[in-house]
Amino acid sequence: MERPLTQNIKSDGSTTLLPDYLKTGGYQGLRKAIREYTPAEIQQWVKDSGLRGRGGAGFPTGMKWSFVPMNMPQTKYLVVNGDEMEPGTFKDRWLMEGDPHQLIEGAVIAAYAIQAGTAYVFLRGEYHLAAERMRAAIAEAYENHYLGENILGSDFSLELHLHSSAGRYICGEETALLNSLEGKRATPRSKPPFPQVAGLWGKPTIVNNVETLCNIPHIIHHGVEWYRCLGLTDAGTKIYGVSGRVRRPGAWELPLGTTAREIIAEQAGGMKEGYRLRGFLPGGASTDFLLPEHLDVPMDYASVGKAGSRLGTGTMIILDDKTCPVRMVLNLERFFAQESCGWCTPCRDGLPWVAKLLEDLVKGRGRQEDLAILERMCSFLGPGNTFCALAPGAMEPLQSALKHFRADFENYLPEPIHG
Amino acid sequence: MKRSISFSQAEIDEIREMAAHYPDKSAASIETLKLVQKYHRWVSDEALVAAADLLDMSPAELDGVATFYNLIYRRPVGRQVVHCCNSVSCWMLGAEETLETISAKLGIGLGETTADGEYTLLPIVCLGACDKAPVLMINDQTYFNVDRDRLNELLESREEI
Amino acid sequence: MAEIEIDGQHYSIRTGDNLLKTCLEQRLDLPYFCWHPALGSVGACRQCAVIQYQNAEDQRGRLVMACMTPVAEGMRFSLQDPQAQGFRAGIIELLMSNHPHDCPVCEEGGECHLQDMTEMTGHTFRQYRGRKRTHRNQNLGPFINHEMNRCIACYRCVRYYQDYCGGHDLQVFAAHHHVYFGRHEDGALENEFSGNLVEVCPTGVFTDKTFSRHYTRKWDLQSAPSICPHCAIGCNISPGERYGTLRRIANRYHGEINGYFLCDRGRFGYEFVNSDRRIHRSLLRNQPPLGMKGVVNLFSNLLKKSDGIIGIASPRASLEANFALRELVGAEHFHLGFSGSEQVQIAAILDILRQGPVRVASLREVEQADAIFMLGEDVANTAPRLALSLRQAIRNEAFAIADRLKIPRWQDAAVRTCAQSQGSPLFIASFAATRLDDVATDTYRGGPEELARLGYAVARHLNPAAQETMELNPEFDELAARIASALKSAERPLIVSGTGCQSPSVTRAAGQVACVLADLRGKPSAVHFVLPECNSLGLAMMGGHSLAEAFLAVERGEAKTVIVLENDLYRRAAKPRVKNFLEQAGHVVVIDHLLHETAQQAELVLAATTFAESEGTWVSSEGRAQRYFAVFPPTDEIQDSWRWLGKAGGKSWRSIEEVTKDCAERLPAFRAITWAAPEAGFRINGQKIPRQPHRYSGRTAMLAQAHTHEPKQPADEQSPLAYSMEGALAGRPPALNPSVWAPGWNSSQAVNQFQAEIGGHLNGGDPGMRLIEPSAENPSELATGMSDAIQNLAPIMNRQAWRLRLVPLYHVFGSEELSMLSPALAERTPNPYLALHPEDASALDLKEGDTVGIKLAGQQWRLPVLILPNLTRGLAGIPAGLPEMAWVEQGPVFWDLGG
Ligand SMILES: Cc1cc2nc3c(=O)[nH]c(=O)nc-3n(C[C@H](O)[C@H](O)[C@H](O)COP(=O)(O)O)c2cc1C
Ligand code: SF4
Ligand code: FES
Repeated sequence: MERPLTQNIKSDGSTTLLPDYLKTGGYQGLRKAIREYTPAEIQQWVKDSGLRGRGGAGFPTGMKWSFVPMNMPQTKYLVVNGDEMEPGTFKDRWLMEGDPHQLIEGAVIAAYAIQAGTAYVFLRGEYHLAAERMRAAIAEAYENHYLGENILGSDFSLELHLHSSAGRYICGEETALLNSLEGKRATPRSKPPFPQVAGLWGKPTIVNNVETLCNIPHIIHHGVEWYRCLGLTDAGTKIYGVSGRVRRPGAWELPLGTTAREIIAEQAGGMKEGYRLRGFLPGGASTDFLLPEHLDVPMDYASVGKAGSRLGTGTMIILDDKTCPVRMVLNLERFFAQESCGWCTPCRDGLPWVAKLLEDLVKGRGRQEDLAILERMCSFLGPGNTFCALAPGAMEPLQSALKHFRADFENYLPEPIHG
Repeated sequence: MKRSISFSQAEIDEIREMAAHYPDKSAASIETLKLVQKYHRWVSDEALVAAADLLDMSPAELDGVATFYNLIYRRPVGRQVVHCCNSVSCWMLGAEETLETISAKLGIGLGETTADGEYTLLPIVCLGACDKAPVLMINDQTYFNVDRDRLNELLESREEI
Repeated sequence: MAEIEIDGQHYSIRTGDNLLKTCLEQRLDLPYFCWHPALGSVGACRQCAVIQYQNAEDQRGRLVMACMTPVAEGMRFSLQDPQAQGFRAGIIELLMSNHPHDCPVCEEGGECHLQDMTEMTGHTFRQYRGRKRTHRNQNLGPFINHEMNRCIACYRCVRYYQDYCGGHDLQVFAAHHHVYFGRHEDGALENEFSGNLVEVCPTGVFTDKTFSRHYTRKWDLQSAPSICPHCAIGCNISPGERYGTLRRIANRYHGEINGYFLCDRGRFGYEFVNSDRRIHRSLLRNQPPLGMKGVVNLFSNLLKKSDGIIGIASPRASLEANFALRELVGAEHFHLGFSGSEQVQIAAILDILRQGPVRVASLREVEQADAIFMLGEDVANTAPRLALSLRQAIRNEAFAIADRLKIPRWQDAAVRTCAQSQGSPLFIASFAATRLDDVATDTYRGGPEELARLGYAVARHLNPAAQETMELNPEFDELAARIASALKSAERPLIVSGTGCQSPSVTRAAGQVACVLADLRGKPSAVHFVLPECNSLGLAMMGGHSLAEAFLAVERGEAKTVIVLENDLYRRAAKPRVKNFLEQAGHVVVIDHLLHETAQQAELVLAATTFAESEGTWVSSEGRAQRYFAVFPPTDEIQDSWRWLGKAGGKSWRSIEEVTKDCAERLPAFRAITWAAPEAGFRINGQKIPRQPHRYSGRTAMLAQAHTHEPKQPADEQSPLAYSMEGALAGRPPALNPSVWAPGWNSSQAVNQFQAEIGGHLNGGDPGMRLIEPSAENPSELATGMSDAIQNLAPIMNRQAWRLRLVPLYHVFGSEELSMLSPALAERTPNPYLALHPEDASALDLKEGDTVGIKLAGQQWRLPVLILPNLTRGLAGIPAGLPEMAWVEQGPVFWDLGG
C-alpha cells in the first residue's frame, strides 16, 4: 500500500531533512510543474485528480484555485492553514513535524498554479516544534532555490513566511484566519467577496489545509491516474486518526474510503480492555456521532455524509461505554462556547447557554424542558443561521447525541415530583 | 501619569524584521506581542503602549488584538506557564485528574501563580496530540501521556532546571 | 424598480437595496441591531432573519438575514412565517440572556432600540436561568457614561467610532461572550463625534453624561425643531427641556446636512442656556431694577434723546434680530460686528459665492465628492460635522472598487475588505496636522502665504492662462500639479476653504481654484467655505459697515449711542480698542443673553433669549436659511432681541413672522426666507403641533410645590407649535417636527419612518431654503481676474529666524464662544499656549512649558510653550477663541524676538 504523504515520516518522531526528502522524489513535482507546465495546466491537474480539501469542509481543491482571477496582474497570496485546533485532530502537526519539505513543495506548486508571489504558513501558536522544524526547512528551501527569487532557475519567485498565531480555534476558519494574519482580531469575514477574489489585504488569496497541500507534489510527480487509484472510493489517501480508549491511538495514512472498522479495529488495535465502543465522532469535534452500526461505512466524503455525519478532518474520537456521552458533549460545547469569536449573536450567546444547560443537567439541576431547549438550539444554531460554520459545527455532536443517546440525557433529569 | 517602557535595540530589530514580512506593519501585531512575552513574560500596559507605537497602532487597537488570543498574557505569569489541555480526548483520558494533581502539588488553582512566581497554571484547548492524551504544555515544551507518575517525574525534573 | 412579494403582498421597490431597508421603507416592522442606515450591513446580530423562497413553487424557503440580502425582481419573502418569527424571538432571547433588565434605572429607557425590538419580536418570557456575565465600567470622560452590562454586542459602537469617524481609542476587547467595548484604559473618548454613540448604541451602554446630571425621560422632554448654534454648518437638532432647564441635545435628521450625526460641540455645548451667566433681568448701571415696562420706556427714551445711534450686529443672532437692529438704526449706521479679518474674508467668500461659477456643496454633496482640495481650513476644529462628511467622501474610491466587483455598497465589511485603505484623493494644506490627515492622499504644511501660493499654483496648473508665472520651488509645484490633475480627472471635485486661517489671500486662492476648475469643466465647481458662526453668512448677506468704522464713528464723535446686539466685542477686536470705544460712547446698550465683558461695561443690558427660547432664521455656510423654534418660553424679563428693538423703535411687530416677512420684503437677498418653514398659521386638521410627546407626564403636578391649581400651559401665538401635549401627531412637515416617534419606534431609529428613502431625504423634503445658487456669469473673467495679492505673498524662506509668524490654531472644544460655558466641554478645552515647531523652539532655546511673553491684540500675554512637531516651521500657534484670548488680528502678525 502506498503512503506518499507519510513515506518519509519516521516513528521516532524525528524530522526529515532535505537530503532525505530528495531521496524519495522530493521536489520532483515542483521541478516538473515549474519547468513543464503552465499554471493553468497545474490547476487542471489538481482539478482532475479529484483532490478535496482536508481542512474539514472537503471543497474540491482544483475548483477553488480556478476562482482566482488570473488575467489581471496583481498581487496574490497563498496561505497554508496550519491552525489545527479542532479537538481530536492531530494530523497536520504530524505532517509538519515529520516532513516539512513536503508541505513547502506543495505550497510552492500551489503558489505557482495561482501565480502568488507571497505565501504564509499560518501555524497555531502552540506548535513550537513544528514551527522550529518548518523554519529550518524553509531556510533549507531558500538556500536550495526551492523558494525565493527565480525558483529552480525559472522566472517564478515566491517568498514564504511562517506566521505563528496565538491560539484561537476560530483562526482556522479561512476568513477569520485572513483577519488574524493581517494582525487583527480573528472574526470571520462576509462572503462575498470570496478570498479567491479579495482575501488577504484585499488581494486574491487561496487558503488550503496543510494535508491538502501535502498531496500536491505527489499528484504532479506521479500523475492524476496514479493519484486517483490511491483511494478506494474517493481519490488519494487520507490521514485518519483515532483517539480515546483504544489500544493504539494514533494516526495513519490509508486509502480514502477505508472503513471505520478497519481504522478502529485494525490500525488502532480495537477498544482497550474492558471498554466497548458506543459511538464515534468520525472527523473531529464538530461532526455528528456515528454508532457501532456504522463501522462498515467507508470513511469518504459521500458515505460518511449518507450515514449522517461528515468526514471532517478524518480524525476520530471514540466514545466508549464508560464515558458519559452527555459529559462528553458538555466538554465539547464548553470548548465551542469559549472559542466563539463573539461576533454573531446565536453563537456568542447561544453556545454558553447550551453549555450551561448541559452543566445543569449533569449536576442534577436539569429540568424537563431543558432537553427541548437543547433540541431547539440545534436547529437554531444550524447552518446558515450563524455567521460562520463554528456554531453549526458545534451543534453536530449535540444533535446526534440527543438522537442516539437520549436516555443518557434523560437519566440526569431529577425524578418528576408527582402529587 | 505617564508610563513608559523602552525595548532594547535587539527587540526593536526583531520586531522590525518580523514586520517586514507583511505589507502592513500592524500585521506583525501578534508576533510582536509574543516577542514581548519572550523577553518580559507578559504584556504589561506599558509594554502594550510601546509595542503599539512601534506598529503604528493605537494602544486600544493592539489591546483589542491582544485580549482576543489565548496565548497573549495581559496579566503577570510565572516563569513556567503550565497549560493543561482540557479538550475532549484528554478529558476522556484523565485530564481532570492530572490537573488536580498539579494543582495540589503547586498549591494553586487555574489562573493562579505560585507565590514564588515560578508557576502559573492555565487551561488550554486541544493541543493536537490527542493520541497521546493527556497532554500538557509547559512554556514551549509539550509533554505527552501525562498520567500521575509521569507528572511527578516531570515537575521534579523541571524544578531542578 | 422591481416587483417583489412579501407575505403574499406585492411591493414595487427600488432594486439594489437590501431587504431590511426595503421592508422598513415599506413600513414593515422588522427588528434589527447591527445594521444602521449610515453604517451598512455586516450580518452580525442575526436579528433581521426572514424566509426567502427560491421561486413561485418553493413552499419551505430558507432563513436569510434581510440586511445581507439584495432584493431583485420577482423575489419572494416572508416576515410572518413562524420559523422566521421564532428565530427572531430566539435571537432577542439570547441577547437578553445577559442583559441586566435594568430599564427602570436605565437612562435609555423609553427611547431604547432594544426595548422596541424586544416588544416587536414578542419576547416576554425568560427561560435562561444562568448567571449573567458582568463587566466593570470605565470613566469615558465628561460626555459619555459607560454601563457595559447592558451591552448586546451589536458592534455598532466600534464600527461607528472606528470605521465611520476614524477614531482609534474605542475598541472591542476579548472574545466569545466576554467581548467588551471600551477604551484600553479609563479616559475621555478622544474622537469629537463620540456623542453619537448615545444614539448609535441601541441600548443603554453609552448614554449622555451631561443629560444624566439633570435627567428626564424622553417622554417628559419638551422639544422643538432647532438648529445648532455652535458653528456655521447648521446641523438640525432637537433640544429637550423640562422645568425651564435645557436638558440635552439630540440629533434631528436632515437629509442634506447632518444626517444621523452631530459633533460633540453641538451635542454637549448647550449648557450656556442654563448658565449662571445668563441675564434674566435688565441691568442698569448703578440703578435698581425697573421692571419690564420701565426698562422699555427707558430704552425708548434713551434712543429718542440721543442722536448718532449706531448698531453693532451679530453673526450669532437671528436674521430677524439683526434686521430689527438695522431697521432701528438705519442701514447707514448698521455695523456687522465681525472682527476685522473676518469681515474681509467673509466679504471675499460672499463675492465668490455670489459672482463665481461655484455651488456650495451641502454635506450630502460633500460626501459624494471624489477628489477634494482642502486649503487652509482645519475643518475638524472649525466645522466638525463637515470633517465627518469629508471622511465619508474618501470612501467613494472604495465604492467604485466594490461596484467593479459587483458588491453592493451597503455590504459594509465586504466593501472594506476589497478596498482596504484605498480612498478617493484628499489633499490637505494647513498650518499644522489636522484630524483628517490619516485619510489624506497628501498633506502640505505652510504658513498663510505658502498656502495661498499653493492655491494659486494649483489654479495655474488647471489653466496656465489663469496666472502669470510665479517662482515656485519644484517640490511645491509638483504637488500643485498632482492636486490639479486629481481635481481635473474627478467627476465631482470639491474645494474646501474658509475663514479659519484668517488670511483673505488663502480664501481668494481657493476661490480661484474653484473658478478655474469651473471654467475648465464648463460647470459650476462644488465648494464649501467654512465660516465661524451660525449666522455669519446671513449677516454678511445683510451687508453693513465694519466694526472698525463703528470705532471710528465714536472716536470722531459722530456716534454717541451704541447698541450692541448679542455680541461680545472683546472677541472681535483688540482689548484696548474695545475698551476705549465703550468708554467713549455716550450710551452703550447691550442686548444679549450672557453677561460678558462688553455687557458688563454697558449702561443698559437687556435680557435676550437664547436659541432655545426663541424663534428665528440663520443662514448656514451652505447658504441655507433655516428656522429654529423656541423649545420653551422665556422667563423673567427675558425677551427676543427683535422685540426689544422693535418696541423701542416703535415697530408694530407682534410676532417674529412679521419681522421675517418684513426682512424678506425689504432685502432681496432674503426673499426666500419666509419659506424656510411653514408659517405661523400652519395647522394640521386645525391642530397645532405639540412640543410635548403625547405621553408627557406629570403636567398637572409640575408646579405643585408652588401652586394649588394646574397652571395654564403658556400660549404660543407666534408659531404653529404649541407648548402642549395635545395636537397633531401625524403629518408634521419636517421643519416643524420637534422629535421623531412612530408606533413601536421609540428610539432615535424612528427616523426611518420619516424618510422617503432611508438615509435619504425626509418625507416632505429636507427643511430650509438655499439662498445662493451659482450665477450665470461668465466664469473665465473670475477665473483670471482674482490674482490680486499674489505679489504680496512673501515666501516663508525669506522670513527671519527671529521672526515667527503668529497663526491661530483652532480647537473643537475651546474656540467657540457659547459652548465653552458647558462645564463638560470646558473640561476638554486646552489651556492657552504658544505652539512652536521643535526646531524653532530649540533655535530659541525654549522647551515645553517655558513661559514666553508675546504681544497680541494690543495686549501682553505670558504663555507656556507647547512643542508641536507637526506645526510648520516659522510659525507660532496661538489657540483661537479661548475666553479672553480671541484671535482678532487683521493682517500678518509676528512674534518678534529682536534681530
Ligand atoms: C470554526 C472553523 C475552524 C476551522 N479550523 C480549521 C483548521 O484548523 N485547519 C484547517 O485547515 N481548516 C480549518 N477550517 C476549515 C477552513 O475554513 C477552510 O475550509 C480550509 O482551511 C480550507 O482548506 P482546504 O480546502 O484545503 O480544506 C475551519 C473551519 C471552521 C468553520
Ligand atoms: S456597546 Fe452598544 S453599540 Fe456597542 S456593541 Fe454593545 S450594544 Fe452595541
Ligand atoms: S484533546 Fe487534548 S490534545 Fe487533543
